[in-house]
Amino acid sequence: MLALSVLLLVAVLVCAVVRPWGWPEAAVAVPAAVVVVLAGALPLDHVVDEAVRLGPVIGFLAAILVLAQLCDDEGLFHACGTWMARASGGRPRTLLGGVFVTASVTTAVLSLDATVVLLTPVVFATAAQLGVRPKPHVYACTHLSNSASLLLPVSNLTNLLAFASSGLSFTRFAALMALPWVVAIAVEYVVFRRFFRTDLDAPAHAPVVHPPQELPVFALSVVGLTLVGFVVASATGIDPAWAACAGALVMAGRALVRKRTSVGKVVRAASLPFLAFVLGLGIVVRAVVDNGLDDVLKLALPDGTGLLALLGVAAVAAVLANVINNLPAVLVLLPLVAPLGPGVVLAVLLGVNLGPNLTYAGSLATLLWRRIVHDHDTEVNLPEFTKLGLLAVPATLVAAVVALWASLRLIGG
Amino acid sequence: MAVVVWIADDTWPDCVDAARAHGGEDFLLLHVSDHDVPGAAHGALAGLFGRHPARDPGARVDDLAAGHSTRLLEAAAERLGLPCRTETRTGRVEHEVVAACRDASLLVLCRDGDVSHAGPRSLGPATRFVVDHALCPVLLVWPS
Repeated sequence: MLALSVLLLVAVLVCAVVRPWGWPEAAVAVPAAVVVVLAGALPLDHVVDEAVRLGPVIGFLAAILVLAQLCDDEGLFHACGTWMARASGGRPRTLLGGVFVTASVTTAVLSLDATVVLLTPVVFATAAQLGVRPKPHVYACTHLSNSASLLLPVSNLTNLLAFASSGLSFTRFAALMALPWVVAIAVEYVVFRRFFRTDLDAPAHAPVVHPPQELPVFALSVVGLTLVGFVVASATGIDPAWAACAGALVMAGRALVRKRTSVGKVVRAASLPFLAFVLGLGIVVRAVVDNGLDDVLKLALPDGTGLLALLGVAAVAAVLANVINNLPAVLVLLPLVAPLGPGVVLAVLLGVNLGPNLTYAGSLATLLWRRIVHDHDTEVNLPEFTKLGLLAVPATLVAAVVALWASLRLIGG
Repeated sequence: MAVVVWIADDTWPDCVDAARAHGGEDFLLLHVSDHDVPGAAHGALAGLFGRHPARDPGARVDDLAAGHSTRLLEAAAERLGLPCRTETRTGRVEHEVVAACRDASLLVLCRDGDVSHAGPRSLGPATRFVVDHALCPVLLVWPS
């Protein structure tokens, strides 16, 4: 059964990245989950358990994806670009600071997807408009989409999955992760300032034109109220996913009334095939874990909740995130570490969220991605990415784990 | 044989002014877009593991870079105020510049590092590579 489950998992992961014949990622994941169940690799009650656990997570993710897309439609990211351009005055170092602030807040509040898909092109356009070399700023977006995704359960799908298993409230999760988030961003900033020293030292020009600052007040208010909703929901025992749904519905309602979007666009923003994929992947991973992977990983995971144990757990999680991908890595590790308490679950998150900066998507995905890039006839300077990752990942990981350990001692797990 | 003027994102006005002062009959204004930048954005999408397949920020950055290059070369041609040709390349910046000026009579480029002091750090790594490897004479100007 283990061999069958592993084979199916590999097929699901490979097809998710390669997308043979342009199939959606769910096209293999959902049938694979059905095969797992039919072959008896996972009892039906475990399948139901997994579906009940993943259901609200998937709904939460869909709401945040829709919210981020509608914020973009309202011009929120365009306004961020204008703000960064004005605040920097054309100075590369100041622009990097603005990019760090914007990308960190965007990732934390609207998830890493928003930073990668919506903010990165805006940052490039801003640098180009200012006559500043775009590389440090675009790289900062890609790095921060991972390392600034520690703060809130909504910041990363991995966080949502861990949040569901950790038993922590929304506010407690945020309180424990606040210090690791700030520390990881600060370390990342120091690494960037040193790594891109020459690019940031380059002569600056004052920008010729200052585009007027337009503030998308409605989008900002809805995002702010959604954040308040998370805290209130968490305090009153309601699932915070409802606050995200409310925020997305308000934004969608207004955009639909004003005919700025269509129902089709809103549904597409929710990435439904991906949500089906997460469910399928969750079931296949559960089958792999239950059929023997748990015994192997228990040997690799250190016991206890001391600083060294947390460092060990985070390192194992980071390695696993780089060997496969952070999504399957977190699905594999969560059932093993959930009984050890929230501190260990959060250490896993530090590993799976900070680790991918080493190889972007985990080596399997990177290898396949390089193949795809090669097909597109471009060559990307991977040694430079990897060198930056080799400097940033160990430093952010160790510093963030120490910060988590300190938070756990101060606030209590 | 052409005078090749490297139109870098940040230092191009000084290169254009130096080229005009130097004089010549055949100018080629060259802009190179770094392919690592859209590559990094594309890689970040791969990290999302299949989400938003139709919204590759790498492709978006590629488009933006192409538009930026066109606008920059237009501005440079206007500043030069002399008949000239323009060329856009995409790839590893230093390699593309060296390749483009293989048969040039002169390459005009600018110090682009820490220009508060004279010395090796006043050249960024890409410019240093071009100065070391260019097969034609090189005019290296200080930014104003």
